[in-house]
Amino acid sequence: MIEVSGLTKYYGDFRAVEDLSFTVNRGEILGFLGPNGAGKTTTMRVLTGYMPPTRGSCRIGGLDIFDDAIPVKRKIGYLPENVPLYPELTVREYLLFVARIKGVPAPEIPAGLDRIIHKCGLESVRDRLIRQLSKGFRQRVGLAQALVHDPEVIVLDEPTIGLDPAQIREVREMIKGLGRDHTIILSTHILPEVSQVCDRVLIINRGRIVAEDTPERLTQAATGQIHAEGLVAGSEDALQRCLQAEPLLAGATCQREEGDRWRLVMPLQDAEVRPRIARALVEAGLDLYEFSLHRATLEDVFLQLITDEEKEKPAAEESAPPDEPAAAASASDEEVSQ
Amino acid sequence: MKTVIHIMQKELKSYFYSPIAYVTLTLFMLVSGFVFFLIFTDISERTAMSGMGMGMGSDPVNVPQLVERYFLGWLSTILLFLIPLITMGVYAEEKKKGTFELLFTSPLTTLQIVFGKYLANLAFCLVLFAGSVLLQAPLFLSGAPDAGPMCVGYLGLILFAAGMISLGNYLSSLTENQIIAAILTFVLALLLWFFNFFSESGTEGVKAILGYLSPLQHLEDFQRGVLDLSHSVYFLSMAFLGLFLTYRTLESLRWRG
Repeated sequence: MIEVSGLTKYYGDFRAVEDLSFTVNRGEILGFLGPNGAGKTTTMRVLTGYMPPTRGSCRIGGLDIFDDAIPVKRKIGYLPENVPLYPELTVREYLLFVARIKGVPAPEIPAGLDRIIHKCGLESVRDRLIRQLSKGFRQRVGLAQALVHDPEVIVLDEPTIGLDPAQIREVREMIKGLGRDHTIILSTHILPEVSQVCDRVLIINRGRIVAEDTPERLTQAATGQIHAEGLVAGSEDALQRCLQAEPLLAGATCQREEGDRWRLVMPLQDAEVRPRIARALVEAGLDLYEFSLHRATLEDVFLQLITDEEKEKPAAEESAPPDEPAAAASASDEEVSQ
Repeated sequence: MKTVIHIMQKELKSYFYSPIAYVTLTLFMLVSGFVFFLIFTDISERTAMSGMGMGMGSDPVNVPQLVERYFLGWLSTILLFLIPLITMGVYAEEKKKGTFELLFTSPLTTLQIVFGKYLANLAFCLVLFAGSVLLQAPLFLSGAPDAGPMCVGYLGLILFAAGMISLGNYLSSLTENQIIAAILTFVLALLLWFFNFFSESGTEGVKAILGYLSPLQHLEDFQRGVLDLSHSVYFLSMAFLGLFLTYRTLESLRWRG
């Protein structure tokens, strides 16, 4: 449904997005994940035809977003990060205007407006001025605006920003419901949102794709790092003896909490060895207060990918300077020889 | 075409939902009403006096015609300074609210946006003109002025508004602050007004150039009831220039992001 290839966007000299390629299939919900300034909004703006890319192309339903701008834009519903509202209009007037400029045929408009007002829970405010609405309602009007022409593709830039927890859950449910017969791209930096809503995740940083997979597989990739955490009480002697004697506890670290309590962090190869570890601890004469398993979350994956990127960059820069003295030396050599 | 009308409708709606439309309308009616009153009393007194001095036999003066002509002249000057208020928000507000993102991602062409907004501004000017026709009711009571010259006079005003509004639209597209847009347009209006002022002095060459650039000079023939194509061409090219520049600015706005 959406094919992006080699998308690059510069603002003057600043590179916002570099050589981005991905596809989204019909009926799929793609999560766009990245820290602020990673290029999420830029990518979405190019995808929706707001601005042209510096290089590369975007095709939606087989049509190029710039060569066939008008038919393509009919297929797209877009909720920008800053919801584009006219505060002086009422909700209904605003949605009417949007429906008209999106090219909804006039006879279908009244029914379409009623449907979308109902769907987004705007019945109580339909004749209120947008200026008077709360942030939550404005966000919902924004969502209604993106859906009013029943587009095939929906692009949502941080749709749950500024909503309270109950509203966030509502909006997520709504997006999931829409995913059944729409193609959705959704950007966010809220990680649970991605694992709850999206079929696939694209992590981008500094304008490049760092990872692309399903939320499950991304977290699985990091499950090499499962560990158990425990709180035990006992003498330091008993604890040390136990740690050395039990091979499953190799690599465990302990830290003293108040009194004779110890916080243990135990890396595991396999989650199934937990009962054996618990028994070993108890048999060593330690009292077990807490024992829990920790899996890497999407958050860990995300942070790890982002920090790996940051590390690579300075490393690449550091390798450059040693060349300089050499170059300077050879230059002075030349001078001498001359 | 339908889309242009939809944009125009929305623009007028927004305009009349905000105080600015009423402020502009009130200001226009007050100032032009006052000016009309001054002209009307002045000309009535003078013709009465000259009529007494020269006897009834000499040239009969058509009072309504004369009042009409002076009034139209003043209307153009008033309009020159009110147009910044009409055009200032057109694009600046859209930029500030971020609603360009809605317009540019909708199946619209830039030309449709430019024309929709432009026609809405022009329509508002027609409302002002209708108000000014109402002000002239006393003329119709005391022997109507000729419809022909009056229509030509108003046609001149409409052409003038068409040119000024298009330049105002362009200046509004340059900034996201409507006050700055208003000031820029006001400075332009002042400049054009000065051209008129200075074209009455100076050397022949300077006079001719300034006179040609001044829209008020081009309006004089219209106010006399003379329809001259060259003056229409002046205003139409002004409108074209403004719309073209607006179009280019919006396009480059998208490219720069």
